[in-house]
Amino acid sequence: MTAHSKWIQIAIVAALVAVLPFFFPSGYYYRVGALIFVNALSVIGLVILIGYAGQISLGHAGFAGIGAYSCALAPEYLGLHPALAAVLGAVISAGVAALIGRPILKLKGYYLAVATLGFGILVSLVLTNERQLTGGPDGMAVPELGLRDLLRDMGWRLSGGEFWYAICGIVLVVGVWIALNLAASPTGRAMRALHGSEVAARTVGIDVARVKLQAFMISAVYASVAGSLLALQNRFITPDVAGFMHSIEMVSMAVLGGVGSILGAMLGAAILTLLPQVLTVFAEYEQLVLGAIMISVMIFLPRGLLPSIAAKLKGRDE
Amino acid sequence: MKFMSTTALAMLATFGLATAASAEIKLGASLSATGPAAFLGDPEAKTIEMLIDDLNAKGGINGEKIDLTLYDDGGDPNKARTFATRLIEDDEVVAIIGGTTTGTSMSILSVAEDEGIPFISLAGAIQIIDPVKDYVFKTPHTDRMACEKIFDNMKKNGITRIGMISGTDGFGASMEAQCKEVAGSYDIEIIADEIYGPSDADMTPQLTKIKNTEGVEAILNPGFGQGPAIVTRNASQLGIELPLYQSHGVASDSFIELVGPEASEGVRLPGTALLIADILPEDDIQRDVVMAYKTAYEDKYDQNVSTFGGYANDAFLLMVNAMEQAGGEDPDAIREALEATDGLVGTTGVYTMGPDNHLGLDLSAFRMLEIENGGWKSIN
Repeated sequence: MTAHSKWIQIAIVAALVAVLPFFFPSGYYYRVGALIFVNALSVIGLVILIGYAGQISLGHAGFAGIGAYSCALAPEYLGLHPALAAVLGAVISAGVAALIGRPILKLKGYYLAVATLGFGILVSLVLTNERQLTGGPDGMAVPELGLRDLLRDMGWRLSGGEFWYAICGIVLVVGVWIALNLAASPTGRAMRALHGSEVAARTVGIDVARVKLQAFMISAVYASVAGSLLALQNRFITPDVAGFMHSIEMVSMAVLGGVGSILGAMLGAAILTLLPQVLTVFAEYEQLVLGAIMISVMIFLPRGLLPSIAAKLKGRDE
Repeated sequence: MKFMSTTALAMLATFGLATAASAEIKLGASLSATGPAAFLGDPEAKTIEMLIDDLNAKGGINGEKIDLTLYDDGGDPNKARTFATRLIEDDEVVAIIGGTTTGTSMSILSVAEDEGIPFISLAGAIQIIDPVKDYVFKTPHTDRMACEKIFDNMKKNGITRIGMISGTDGFGASMEAQCKEVAGSYDIEIIADEIYGPSDADMTPQLTKIKNTEGVEAILNPGFGQGPAIVTRNASQLGIELPLYQSHGVASDSFIELVGPEASEGVRLPGTALLIADILPEDDIQRDVVMAYKTAYEDKYDQNVSTFGGYANDAFLLMVNAMEQAGGEDPDAIREALEATDGLVGTTGVYTMGPDNHLGLDLSAFRMLEIENGGWKSIN
């Protein structure tokens, strides 16, 4: 990837975030926008893990759960500011990823998928069952970030929707920037070499275990930050955030948009976040439509929406 | 650019859904009609739709029809919050009914509270209305009230030492905690305490342990779904003669069907008037309301009424009453009128709200019931 194309991609994302609000007819669209950004952020983490390094995780909602519950638990029990709690959540997620990544990243293919799946379920079980701490399945409240009041005092009046749209948009742009930089760095190249062939990568002197672990930890931090943002804007969190379905949703978004491409991942996140909103009229058929879309994309556009379409438009044969 | 135009298209697709403005009163609802809580949300959604059709056919409120926007949040709190935002910002509703589960209700209520839109929740947990929030009300009695009703009955029967076996699902866990909090004030001592998981298929070990605990005089089972049915069957298989108290979470005819009439004989639980509509005495204050709802629902959907649909029925009655009093669609006036509700008879109980009481039910809302020959008997 050239430096040129990197800045173009960042510029596209930043421009989208900045320009879209001019087309919003009501405050509700800020909420949907913020949700898309949060989902896109966690999907970018998966692009690094799946698309760059070629590893799979079906338990990333576990890290989203850690990030989300850090924002609820740390302020309550440690008296930490919610923003610091989000940072703490990211640190814990990275730590947990390092701890479990070492043994389970030795696994390949299905075995890795099942091991990560188990991790996700474990986190969700802990959050559900430690109810004296987490409030159990009923969930718990998350304190107000406080930044909006600060801005109001400075004369900047933002509605809750606008504020979170801006925050999530900024974090997303930063996330895209980091991910694209990573792709162009020696570590990113090592990840992609590893994706191509583990044996070849090892032969040219890449520390395969280390690079895999790095990808796993980085993607865990992305998921954790996304979880924190979700918790802070919803101001209430239940163990659903760490649930199996959420993990699957993340992977679906990545695969739908194109798992090797940052912009594709964002497109996948946008489509799968918008679809349930568009399909409210026939809510019963929502799952059916989602399934049909996933299957068609897998059959007709195996590299995901964006990369496949881009290749077609450039006239290259798949 | 390609990405941009695709996103723009997707965004445009949602714009297309913006509803046309009209002079009707706009009411919003977000219920879990599908997903894990569908057995609660489905009858609630059906009830609201039925009642709105009825009301509009009769000419609406003060001549104005009600325009209902109903979303299915599938039991996902995150979706519920998005739909609440959509109802308020995009559909511009003046009030919201909904929140089938505690999680979805808690998500909706912070939006409603921020935007100043009255919201009636259909979920059980006490934290929804305690502490009292200006715009948030709810219709189902709390778990704490169920505990109090049960302990009250135990006390009348001279029971002081009990064993508890609780489900670890949201409902069971919440009720277990509430029961333990209020047990002391009824001089009830919990001398055996067991739990089971939501998908456990056999509770014989836990029940055996309770049975073998010296001095247990009754068993209490806070839980939901099929867990309590298994507990009841296991208790019967083990030949446990102690009185078995179940919670309002299983107060439905399907519980008796699930357990079977023999094993369920003698089980006691707190239920609502709706459950015993057929045997309510003529002079019962709730009889007319209960029968009206039961007949209308069963005629229309050919399905038994449930307590949960009753919660939606009551929320609707409260809302319509408040809108009539408020004489319009100003959210603040509706809120004031809701808070001033006095003696409104619903299927769940008689509601009298106040500035420090946004539930408005007391213990009389519960009827203590006992299963006899596969049917319900009031043992108040």
